[in-house]
Amino acid sequence: MSIRQIAFYGKGGIGKSTTSQNTLAAMAELGKKIMIVGCDPKADSTRLILHSKAQSTIMEMAAEAGSVEDLELDDVLKSGYLDIRCVEAGGPEPGVGCAGRGVITAINFLEEEGAYEEELDFVSYDVLGDVVCGGFAMPIREGKAQEIYIVTSCEMMAMYAANNISKGILKYANSGGVRLAGLICNERQTDREDELISALASKLNTQMIHFVPRDNVVQHAELRRMTVVEYDPECKQAGEYRTLADKIINNKMFNIPTPITMEELEDLLMEFGIITPDDETIVGKKAGEA
Amino acid sequence: MPKKNVNDHGVEVMEEILDGYNDKTKKDRKKKLDVVKADDVKCGIVANRKIRPGVMSMRGCAYAGAKGVVFGPIKDMIHISHGPVGCGQYSWGARRNFANGTVGIDNYVPMQITSDFQEKDIVFGGDKKLSNLIMEANTLFPLNKGVSVLSECPIGLIGDDIEAVSRQTSKEIEKPVIPCRCEGFRGVSQSLGHHIANDSLRDWVYEKDLEGAPIEDSPYNVALLGDYNIGGDAWSSRKILEAMGLNVIAQSTGDASMSEIANTSKAKLILIHCYRSMNYISRYLEEKHGTPWVEFNFFGPTQIFKSMRAIAEKFDDTIKAKTEAAIKLYEPQFQKIVEKYKPRLEGKNCMLFVGGLRPRHTIPAFRDLGVQVGITGYEFAHNDDYARTLEYVDQTTFIVDDMNEYEMEKLIENFKPDLVGSGIKEKYSTQKSGIPFRQMHSWDYSGPYHGLDGFAVFARDMDMAVNGPVWKHLTPPWK
Repeated sequence: MSIRQIAFYGKGGIGKSTTSQNTLAAMAELGKKIMIVGCDPKADSTRLILHSKAQSTIMEMAAEAGSVEDLELDDVLKSGYLDIRCVEAGGPEPGVGCAGRGVITAINFLEEEGAYEEELDFVSYDVLGDVVCGGFAMPIREGKAQEIYIVTSCEMMAMYAANNISKGILKYANSGGVRLAGLICNERQTDREDELISALASKLNTQMIHFVPRDNVVQHAELRRMTVVEYDPECKQAGEYRTLADKIINNKMFNIPTPITMEELEDLLMEFGIITPDDETIVGKKAGEA
Repeated sequence: MPKKNVNDHGVEVMEEILDGYNDKTKKDRKKKLDVVKADDVKCGIVANRKIRPGVMSMRGCAYAGAKGVVFGPIKDMIHISHGPVGCGQYSWGARRNFANGTVGIDNYVPMQITSDFQEKDIVFGGDKKLSNLIMEANTLFPLNKGVSVLSECPIGLIGDDIEAVSRQTSKEIEKPVIPCRCEGFRGVSQSLGHHIANDSLRDWVYEKDLEGAPIEDSPYNVALLGDYNIGGDAWSSRKILEAMGLNVIAQSTGDASMSEIANTSKAKLILIHCYRSMNYISRYLEEKHGTPWVEFNFFGPTQIFKSMRAIAEKFDDTIKAKTEAAIKLYEPQFQKIVEKYKPRLEGKNCMLFVGGLRPRHTIPAFRDLGVQVGITGYEFAHNDDYARTLEYVDQTTFIVDDMNEYEMEKLIENFKPDLVGSGIKEKYSTQKSGIPFRQMHSWDYSGPYHGLDGFAVFARDMDMAVNGPVWKHLTPPWK
């Protein structure tokens, strides 16, 4: 079977890296051979797998060596928990250079060096925050990730980001064949949040593939730079990630997303009581006037 | 196809050219073509607009305007092409802006200095590299009088802070470091590059009141602006100004030094040759120091004498007298040139397509030699340049803005000019169609063309092009 290339997108801070690493660790438990490509200048997409602070990145090493042509695949590829292969694209500090170009360079390097030719079942891209420029869309372009999982919660901005990412997927869906494979909902412990994300999913022409409950054990594991699956394999949360892993492995629902307008999104939020209808009478009034 | 003339067939040919386009392009190009009559007071061209996709324009980019035109000729500065190697490498030495001095000591014009951006510089930013480069260049060439940083496209995309680096390194090397954000993708042509470069000089030289070498104050101190010393033009122009009794304290930017650039603000009058590329700084200095400026034209005797008198008008009787004396001296010398070449060129027709000044400025020089310019146009002129062009037009003239290869071919095919003056890209296709050609950007490895010395060379070159024996052999013996 050919390699399945998947990617995790979602609003910054939503828990993409934690969710993806836990899920991928569970997939590895099920015998899948996996490579993680971290596409975030912070380089924290592989720390739970490698038990390290931050892996040395392709761009960092390329800058040291002179150019990316001077690197070998073995220099950048590390093996972690259950032999998951890990690589980080890396990039500049905040405020300088072009992180997007770093992602492009790193992925081209991996391709040229044959990183994808190994016996792999899954390649997973973990991409920062939002699709801010062409560089961060690199993983969803032709020949790269085919299945996109959006990590979200019932918070308004997270849903807004999910919708935006769907727009990005739609742009490349016809030229490259990338598909939306599902929303992963992280619990915030508010009312009807699973229903809300299911409703959003159906509007986006996809599914809520799994609802991940909140559990402190995730934080305990993170402090030890481990996934829950490795830290406490018997706990309930590990089971949740195993379920999600199983769902991803057996997922057949790959759709072209149908992003909604801002208005539709607001209507949805109003329906679930996240926001209240605008009170037009208070618009433009100062504190004293109200 | 029989030879047509602009007066009878101009409009018809214009229609034919436009009919070759699709609707959108036709609508756009319609505003760029016009046939004006001698007594027209308005030219219908809307200039300085974006190029239509798909046409082969002859324009350059903002970097070309800033580095190639404005900054490049300043001789004792180190000019850094900041970005990947290509822009600096392929524009290296192409403009023939001559400069006196010893290379590496007080003349850096023949050098190509670049930060040679690599992938990692794009990803991690190139500020550190730029700062290292400036320090290194200053160590290698300690006699430099300043540095300019001319950014290429990627710098603008990744948002490097070249201003901060300039400020910092300027303190360290104790010389001006001038950043210039002339990324090639900005604007519609090289014209914006001129403007950006003028603004950089304004902000980093004149706003900071940088001092040049001390000069003796005199009411006759003038600055020569917008002469880039192509093939030695500025040297030839300077001779005339000095003969008029004027004291040229600054040349800008052809063969200019950093000191002269700074001293420009001390001139009593600014004489501006290339209005298009340096009017911005003239207007600024007028506003800040109250320095008046005057446009002039040193191509061919008619305009030279007219300009000399116009400049003298701004001064006292001493200058006026010296000017008349100089004209008296020059007249027979110009006469000799005209007598020699006019008979060989009389009645010929010329088509011009150059940058932002010469398409009008050289018309009278051609006329002095009996050559009529029936078709002319600019690469990057603005609307005010077209208004100025009409002053030079004394017959029905076909005017084109931002001409492309297709239009050029059509014009040549229909009007069969005896001579075409344009750039290197146009040279060989024109010559292959059997038409004599001169490069009017770089004077075709010749020059100067300004002033008295220049007119002699100009007349000789045009004669050489038009009457070259090669054109008699266009038809092969078997035909």
